[in-house]
Amino acid sequence: MKKQKCIREDAETKIKPFDFLSEEIVCSILDYLKSNPFDLKSFSLVSKSFYSIESCHRKTLKPFPRTSNDHRHDQLKKLLKRYPFLTRLDLSLCPRITDGCLSYITNSCGKTLKSIDLSRSKFFTHVGLSYLVSNCFNLVDIDLSNAIHLNDTAAAAVATCRSLERLCLTRCKSLTDIGIGCIAVGCSNLRVLSLKWCLGVSDLGVALIGVKCKQIRSLDLSHLLITEKCLPSLLKLQYLEDLTLEGCCGINDESLVSLKQGWTSLKTLNMSYCENVTHVGVSSLTSTATCLQTLNLSYGPIITLPFSESLQKFSQLQSIRLDGCQVTCSGLKGIGNWCVSLKEISLSKCLGVTDDGLSSIVMKHTDLRKLDITCCRKITQVSIAHVTKSCGSLVSLKMESCTLVPSEAFFLIGQNCHFLEELDLTDNDVDDEGLKFISKCSHLSVLKLGICLNISDDGLIYIGNGCQKLRELDLYRSIEITDTGISVVAHGCPSLEMMNVSYCENITDSSLISLSNCSNLNTLECRGCPRITSLGLRAIAIRCKQIIKLDIKKCFNVNDSGMIPLAQFSHNLRQINLSYSSVTDVGLLYLASLGCLQSMTVLHMEGLTPVGLAATLLGCGGLMKVKLQSSFRTLLPRLVIDHLESRGCVFHWRDKFFQAELDPKCWKLQAEDVE
Amino acid sequence: MIRKKLETVPSSLTQIKLIQEDLDAKIKPQLWDPKTMLSNLSIMEEKVHQLQELVQLIVSKSSINQSNEFLIQQQQLVTADLTSIIIQLISTAGSLLPNVKHPHFSPNPNPNPNTSDDNNSSDGNTHTTHKNKVSKIEDHSNETDHMDVHEEHDDDVDEGENLPPGSYEILQLEKDEILAPHTHFCVICGKGFKRDANLRMHMRGHGDEYKTAAALAKPHKDQGSEVKLIKRYSCPYIGCKRNKDHKKFQPLKTILCVKNHYKRTHCDKSYTCSRCNTKKFSVIADLKTHEKHCGRDRWICSCGTTFSRKDKLFGHIALFQGHTPAIPIEESKGGGTIGGHDHDVHDHNHNHDQDQDHGDNYNNNIQGSKEVGFFDFNFNSNGSGVDPNICFSPLNMESNTNKFQEFPRSLFEDSDNFSFLLSESCNYLWKNGGESSYKDL
Repeated sequence: MKKQKCIREDAETKIKPFDFLSEEIVCSILDYLKSNPFDLKSFSLVSKSFYSIESCHRKTLKPFPRTSNDHRHDQLKKLLKRYPFLTRLDLSLCPRITDGCLSYITNSCGKTLKSIDLSRSKFFTHVGLSYLVSNCFNLVDIDLSNAIHLNDTAAAAVATCRSLERLCLTRCKSLTDIGIGCIAVGCSNLRVLSLKWCLGVSDLGVALIGVKCKQIRSLDLSHLLITEKCLPSLLKLQYLEDLTLEGCCGINDESLVSLKQGWTSLKTLNMSYCENVTHVGVSSLTSTATCLQTLNLSYGPIITLPFSESLQKFSQLQSIRLDGCQVTCSGLKGIGNWCVSLKEISLSKCLGVTDDGLSSIVMKHTDLRKLDITCCRKITQVSIAHVTKSCGSLVSLKMESCTLVPSEAFFLIGQNCHFLEELDLTDNDVDDEGLKFISKCSHLSVLKLGICLNISDDGLIYIGNGCQKLRELDLYRSIEITDTGISVVAHGCPSLEMMNVSYCENITDSSLISLSNCSNLNTLECRGCPRITSLGLRAIAIRCKQIIKLDIKKCFNVNDSGMIPLAQFSHNLRQINLSYSSVTDVGLLYLASLGCLQSMTVLHMEGLTPVGLAATLLGCGGLMKVKLQSSFRTLLPRLVIDHLESRGCVFHWRDKFFQAELDPKCWKLQAEDVE
Repeated sequence: MIRKKLETVPSSLTQIKLIQEDLDAKIKPQLWDPKTMLSNLSIMEEKVHQLQELVQLIVSKSSINQSNEFLIQQQQLVTADLTSIIIQLISTAGSLLPNVKHPHFSPNPNPNPNTSDDNNSSDGNTHTTHKNKVSKIEDHSNETDHMDVHEEHDDDVDEGENLPPGSYEILQLEKDEILAPHTHFCVICGKGFKRDANLRMHMRGHGDEYKTAAALAKPHKDQGSEVKLIKRYSCPYIGCKRNKDHKKFQPLKTILCVKNHYKRTHCDKSYTCSRCNTKKFSVIADLKTHEKHCGRDRWICSCGTTFSRKDKLFGHIALFQGHTPAIPIEESKGGGTIGGHDHDVHDHNHNHDQDQDHGDNYNNNIQGSKEVGFFDFNFNSNGSGVDPNICFSPLNMESNTNKFQEFPRSLFEDSDNFSFLLSESCNYLWKNGGESSYKDL
């Protein structure tokens, strides 16, 4: 008896060290742990008090369904019971929120809830929404994106939420002016509003927002069929800072020229894909929008000298995007003559970018942080020399497919741009020597080396040793890479989150085993790596529990045994591509237990039968998108397809023939031809 | 007897006749060019001859057997020719029109222009010293705007007219006269007519002396008057913008304008729409115009006001604080599964109809707007955006009433705006009222 008591006392003294910590300290420790959900889990498993502290401390929750057929939302209910002080609830991973579920949420969260994200669900109606806004009257943020089914009544229900400050209605296509009118009148405190793709909304609704919601800071009107009629009332929004008019074809030069008054508060303007706006309209804005800092004119007007000179009147401009515009050399030189010093320039896919023009820009704007010259195929080493010489503080450089740039140019990048965090060298001539210099950029977190045929393990070893902050590495079709290089990277860069080794045919399981060292890995693409087997996949599944996206298309040696650990450990898995693999009905059925799985591509899998597929599809309750061979369209029972579609799942039927070799349009063949 | 009858004619009418005679004396008929007339006539003559020949040709050939279609073709040809001749005739005659402007004046001998001037200046009705600028489109039009559609509502408006003050005569009819149904009275029996032509036809019954061609012919006058002075009218209502004493006086163009303006602005609205029992009008033409559109008001504000056009609704909502667009009934109730329920609503309305005798303006209006909603249901049943997925549940109804209850806060927060409101809108109280009246039932 006494002995037992002693043991218990011992146990109590053992726990003591944690008890000394005050709740405040524990809470601040929790704050540090926030970034990793697994850390938080371990924390709450320490003791009952830690568990309860964690439960009370947690403010945001992003639940995902553990099992795929939780129709009564028992898991969600348990979670809500455990976390009573939630202020933000992100339900974007729960595609099947119903009215009943919403009413449960509102009852348990009540007035503490400030923010809710319902952007992926299609199963609630205005009834649930009116519950929500009447019980959680402190809500300031509602995200209803993709709720195609919501109508004006739902909008009227939302409109009763007077405190609302942020509302996202992207792709709510059934909304009309009436609903928007209700929101405009009801939610007069709105600061951020997105009406992107709300095709039922016209000038009248938008104009009413301009009249009623005086507090608006940010407004997204992309792809609406609006004309100049709503612009005068938008001008009345005195706090408007961020306006997005992407793809608004109804807005043309005349409507912009006719604006007398200016948006003096406007800081960000996006007029990309406005096909009816030319330099005339934009120039007319220069006199009115004087505070503009960010301007996006992608796929818009031709950049000529007079135009770039007129843009100079935006005296506070810091960032300009001219993606896909046609530019002239003098136009670029005009930008080079601006008095302001730009921080960001994007010339991605611009036609007419030459060494001359680009050099004159970078020589003037020496403070440049971000430069995007993707697919500017005419530029050579001259430009790169100027860029690296004058823009030492460059943080991001994207130069995919600048094919004329020789391998020597990459020395300069490594030597001069030490602050680089993002570098895209896809389809360039960079070699191992170049990578040696690039590895000096120790802040590098995103590195894309896809289709760089000249790099090998040697170069990758430099990277693995030099760039320890790497989060994203793309080695797509860099065919010289082997396990050696991957293992150095995997051990040198433990914070890797995204990895692409597709079509690197020399990769084997040992690469995956070494990659499993990176516990933060959430995306792994290893298409067309025939040497990978279920064993490697098992290592990834067990150790990389945050994996969200997995692409093992054309990994012919992956079979059902690889699916078992996935089903067991990868609860976060949302997207999987199993095409051409050796997985059969059995393996697929294992996956059906994954509650989070939203997208599945299963093409050309010989072991797949209609019965097994139907069972899997019915089992995966959260599936939103399935890519199937069109032969299954007739083979699957009609009722199953109907049922899945009514659950919100979209089928993509593909009719491609089985291809033994790689894509016919592949770059590789062309490359070989050249050689 | 005649004298007596004459006395029954309102004094102001005689007064105005006097003025007009004076005026006519001054107005010279617009000069028509005899040469043009002659050439026009000769052209017409030519055309008639051509047509004659054509018809002769047809007649001569008609003995030969001809198909029906050919005959029809010929007929069309002749008709076309005839039409063009008639049009020309009318246009030629039109050049004489200014001379025929004041048909009810007896053909008076030309009075002396000088004396007429004297008359004018001594007459209190004419004001030659205006300080007004008659340019802006007048504000009353806004008011009528609210009352939906008025086809004739242009009458009141002097579109862009910019007459310098003093360049026109100002006439003012008295109230009785404006409201009098007839303007032409038989001097013998006193019967009134709206048109002079009808009066002349009537006169034939009083004796053979009225049957002569001269008596029946349209009275011609104005011969000899030289200057054509524009006439404008003033509203007798003191303080009205259309009254000549108003600071920013804006005259009315014609007598018809005066009548419509006076009735619309200063009279009770005695004609009620039989369909919605809500809208009231003082001019019968307005009522008829409204009835054409009544029931089509698909756009409803939460205050109960209905609009035939969406932009009008949004303009209204932009103007008033707290007003929101109302969701059409069929959408908020979610599809057609609730026909029975809708019926209920309508039945309620029926009861209201009976209660209405108490002159409860309130109920009247609420009922009206509901009824519009009901109509709406019919109009929209063939399809716009009704979500079939939504099933009817008791909750639906609840949310609906919630919406109505939400409205009791002060509706017209800016009283400034309110003062401008049309007299009718005060009838449109919010639906909350409707709610309470429901409970009464």
